[in-house]
Amino acid sequence: MSDHAASHEALEHHDEDHSGHNSPEAIHAEKRKYLIIFFVLAVLTVVTVAVSRMHLPHAMAIGVGLLIATVKASLVAAFFMHLITERKLVFTVLAITVVFFAVLLWGPWHHVYEAEEHSKKVGAISTETPQQPAAQPAHH
Amino acid sequence: MELEIPYTVRPRPDTGLYNGKLGIWLFLASEVMLFGALFSSLVLLRSSAPDWPKGADILNVPLATLNTFVLIASSVTVVLAWANLRLGDFKWGRIWLGVTLACGFGFMIIKAIEYGTKFSHQQFPGTNNFFATYYMMTGLHGLHVIGGMIVFAYLIGPGAKMWKEKPNQYTNRVEITGLYWHFVDLVWIFLFPILYLL
Repeated sequence: MSDHAASHEALEHHDEDHSGHNSPEAIHAEKRKYLIIFFVLAVLTVVTVAVSRMHLPHAMAIGVGLLIATVKASLVAAFFMHLITERKLVFTVLAITVVFFAVLLWGPWHHVYEAEEHSKKVGAISTETPQQPAAQPAHH
Repeated sequence: MELEIPYTVRPRPDTGLYNGKLGIWLFLASEVMLFGALFSSLVLLRSSAPDWPKGADILNVPLATLNTFVLIASSVTVVLAWANLRLGDFKWGRIWLGVTLACGFGFMIIKAIEYGTKFSHQQFPGTNNFFATYYMMTGLHGLHVIGGMIVFAYLIGPGAKMWKEKPNQYTNRVEITGLYWHFVDLVWIFLFPILYLL
């Protein structure tokens, strides 16, 4: 089979799979969209590096860095992985994954929070303790 | 008698997807958990450490930024390959796959330069927790890049024969390899700021 003949078969079949998304015009429009997304991702990469050099407060720097990364990841997932036109089952798989991923991240975050709370309590006690002997000489 | 693998091209009626696509999404779900465990460990190690270096102070940010551009570019080239194959343009489909493979090589060469500099400064995985997580996460990510490159090399080389007999199946193979490749790009999108910038 020649490449040309094969090309027709490929096109015909994909038309069956995703009606309307595979006309040559639609695919050419998609290609232009991919280039725009590439440009946006490149700009966001520069923004990420620029923001990291602004010496923002630590928590804010982490927040902004992760926010930009999430926007970039969403663009990749939505357009390059074409999630915006994907079937429901894929979203079901992803929803379950997100739940388990959240549990995975919640574990250490919760542990760290508990540890910080504990150290605050211990810190409060330890700052009081040295004062007690100084306040007690009158008893001796 | 040769047994034909079912639903390699047509969607399975109950799932609405061809089997390969559902398979790759399930695999990617497991990959999220694999990298998720490492990100989770990083959160625990970093927040529990009394002192944690800022990546930008000890890692090469310009090289990592360049690698980010290379990987993003490779994500574009693989969707362009897929789009051209859907248009029936095998020649340009294959060329874009070749560019994707070249980007993969470029990424690994830059990564090797980065690792080489670190080794020459006596900075190894055992040096401290920062370098342990840096090498573990970038190393595992690099292995994924190599895995993707092997599949692209197959699709460009011996696997390309399939285009003549089963162009739809070949196009789908490129699509699901692309889905995997985008995931590898997606992981890097998070690794780059977390390890290098913050």
